[in-house]
Amino acid sequence: MRYAMAIDTKKCVGCSDCVVSCQTENDVPIGYCRDWVVEVTDGTYPQLEIEIRSERCNQCDNSPCVRCCPTGASHYAEGGIVLVTPNKCIGCGACITSCPYDARYAHPDGYVDKCTFCIHRIKKGLEPACVAACPTKCMYFGDLDDPNSKVSEVLKKRKWKTLIPEAGTEPQLYFLI
Amino acid sequence: MTSRRDFIRISGLGMGGLAVGASGFGIVNNLSTSPPKGSELRIDPTRTPTYCEICFWKCAGWVYKNEEGKIWKVIGNDDDQHSNGRFCPRGTGGPGMYYDEDRLKTPLIRTEERGKQVFRKASWDEAFDHIAGKLKEIAEVHGPECVALLTHGSGGEYFSTLLKGFGSGSIAAPSYAQCRGPREVAYHMTFGEGVGSPERTDIRDTDCLVLIGSHLGENMHNGQVQEMSDAIDKGASIITVDPRYSIAASKSKYWLPIKPATDLALLLAWIHVIIYEERYDREYVEKYTYGFDQLKEHVRNMTPEWAYGITTLAPDLIRKSAKEMADAAPAVIIHPGRHVTWYGDDTQRSRAMAILNALLGSWGRRGGFYNPETVEIPSWPHPPYPTPQRTWKDAYPDKYNLAFETLASGICDATIPELSEACNFKGWIVNGTNLLKTIPDSRKVIEAIQNLDLLVVVDTMPMAITGWADVVLPECTYLERYDTIRDSPHRKPAIALRMPAAEPMYDSKPAYWMAKELSKRLGLKDYFSWNSIEEMLDWQFKQVGTSLEEMKRIGVKTFERSYDDLYFQQGEDVEFYTNTGKIELYSTSLAAEGFDPLPVYTPHEEPPEGFYRLNYGRAPAHTFGRTANNALLKDIMEENTVWINPKVAGIWGIENGQYVYLENQDGVRSSFPIRARVTERIRWDSVYMVHGFGHTNKLLSRAYGKGASDSELITKVHVDPIMGGTGMRGNFVTFKFEPAKTEAES
Repeated sequence: MRYAMAIDTKKCVGCSDCVVSCQTENDVPIGYCRDWVVEVTDGTYPQLEIEIRSERCNQCDNSPCVRCCPTGASHYAEGGIVLVTPNKCIGCGACITSCPYDARYAHPDGYVDKCTFCIHRIKKGLEPACVAACPTKCMYFGDLDDPNSKVSEVLKKRKWKTLIPEAGTEPQLYFLI
Repeated sequence: MTSRRDFIRISGLGMGGLAVGASGFGIVNNLSTSPPKGSELRIDPTRTPTYCEICFWKCAGWVYKNEEGKIWKVIGNDDDQHSNGRFCPRGTGGPGMYYDEDRLKTPLIRTEERGKQVFRKASWDEAFDHIAGKLKEIAEVHGPECVALLTHGSGGEYFSTLLKGFGSGSIAAPSYAQCRGPREVAYHMTFGEGVGSPERTDIRDTDCLVLIGSHLGENMHNGQVQEMSDAIDKGASIITVDPRYSIAASKSKYWLPIKPATDLALLLAWIHVIIYEERYDREYVEKYTYGFDQLKEHVRNMTPEWAYGITTLAPDLIRKSAKEMADAAPAVIIHPGRHVTWYGDDTQRSRAMAILNALLGSWGRRGGFYNPETVEIPSWPHPPYPTPQRTWKDAYPDKYNLAFETLASGICDATIPELSEACNFKGWIVNGTNLLKTIPDSRKVIEAIQNLDLLVVVDTMPMAITGWADVVLPECTYLERYDTIRDSPHRKPAIALRMPAAEPMYDSKPAYWMAKELSKRLGLKDYFSWNSIEEMLDWQFKQVGTSLEEMKRIGVKTFERSYDDLYFQQGEDVEFYTNTGKIELYSTSLAAEGFDPLPVYTPHEEPPEGFYRLNYGRAPAHTFGRTANNALLKDIMEENTVWINPKVAGIWGIENGQYVYLENQDGVRSSFPIRARVTERIRWDSVYMVHGFGHTNKLLSRAYGKGASDSELITKVHVDPIMGGTGMRGNFVTFKFEPAKTEAES
């Protein structure tokens, strides 16, 4: 089992519903976020292009954050999801520094927090909150080991890229381009 | 001019009590008029149905509570055609409105202390007695017609019943004259029917979507954005006309970076191409339309080359985009837009768009415009309303005969005696709309307010308008109340229930309760003869074949259509509700009123040297100015920015991210500085900002002073002579680097 997410940059309008739905679903404190939207504009008026990406933890197969965690708080869970066990976390911040995607933040309660792919929802057979809420249905979630999962199918059909592949982290967040 | 009525900042006047929660109010516990609690609410412990009030799209959803029984999240209802189970960020952020500690918490009455006007906390009984006393005085001296209701919220329905029973017919929503009015009139003139809300655009099945200044995706009209995404999936093409490279433009096959204020020239050129290249739907035009020959003659010389000189758009691009839409016809939508009050000739521009749809045969066709259906819900029985002796319209005897709804700006003008003698309003009830931001030229709104004997403001938040009120009534949020049944038109007729997920916080109350209590004091209780809101809703639901009990379980009920008429049948005879019974390319109604029966391009004023046209729009995280203080939404967009082309920024030496002030052609400078967003996405002749920021009321602790207000810079209004719409895009701004000398009151 290998959970992954694919996000269609051609359909995303950058509305940030993914951010708000994550915030309410996971009680992320105001002023912090587990996911965010990046908008990149290229060109000169009127020859322009925009790429919009809803970003979050890449749930890497080769996660620097897990490797550098001194207490084992950061670990791989079911389906390759990278999780933090709050009561094992000492808040040293090594993982925050090691993450090339800047996907982790120090929770005001004294531990490091990040996207969990809503593992509590997956266990109930639901999609992550952001995927379920997205008005443009631009996000696909599923198991890469299952060739019939939504994410496997869309990655077969479409051109895609990952972020900072040269960091060697083997990210599991795919952007359809 | 000495102000009779001072603006009161609720915060600065020893109103410490306002910051206290419900437990802090000893004075309200002995109220005889509290709404029933507990037994009547019977709240489902896990989820309760609602429809969203953060914008007018009214998506139905479920409010979930956490283990402690507190409101946790709002999720779309899968059975709802408005949301399809998916809310937009604003709806998802709904709990932020409920938890906002800056909410209005208790009724307030304007009073004078030591020569200074202040608000004092009042009980509901005191507030209602005060309002009823004043309303009776106005009715005796001036007549009940001199009270108006200005509303943009679901609760307005109940005040509307109250006001009609009282004897006034002047009920206005700024969403007409300040927003979609010209479009509605234009479509009525052409097809005999309006576009309505949600728009009857069949985007889901279209092959070509044409957006003219409409920035779907940034304006998060949920169902439309969802359908645009579906259309992209299916390979539909999008054509976007916008001086700004909008998000929709970035998803378009053709983006037409038009010179602002010249859209009508482009539309006429498109009509020219489609007629003279014979790309129109000949059968449809012959069968259904009136005035084709006049139209053909009218646009004879309006070639793409003619339009090029006006719009700066290459003739080839105009031809190619016209061919694109004609190839898709009839599954093509020239989107009518929503906020269309731009330049004062907006009905005519909307007419040109309607004509283009008619030529392409998209009205009544799959992938074009569908025929929506509504559930007709009977009103709770009540005595007939008295016929008002006068209405707002008497203030304009020879004007705006084609306006089908009341003009909010018309009521405002008719309140100022110098502007009108026919119907001077003496009382306003303002429900859920911050008129100082929704009606352009807030100076005039304030002048009108100075002529009132009574201004009642019903709101959830201390918006600027509350500072001018005589009585402020704190409404509870949509998550804490029952409301009217949602019966908006859609592909299938459907209804939705809003019920409280929690009891009202503080001493806030629902509008239905306020209106009913006021009715008792005004001798109008027969208009509210239900014992409880649940009784009334249950009765209404039973009239259409369901019940409150069932609706509490399902939230949304969708019915089958009465007829198979979502689209016209092939070759069907259709009678349109126009004078000729045809789709009027040539408008006989406009001709009869002395207006151009076919749209004519007229040049608009251009920015003077060193000034830039002020364009404004929406962001997906916010609705008007009403969400700026919502913690969840402020978190994703805290302030607006002014978009400036890099060339222009270079001339002024403005760096990206630098704060600047904007000053308009009338010397009005923004109260607050706004951050520059130096971007290639905007033309060099205009700037752009998102509407709804720059709040001046300090009690909006998160929104105060964040960004600048476009509304305060819109002091020049171009009124549409056909229906009174207030065109707001004829204002020009320049850059300043310090605040105005006479600094705004702080």
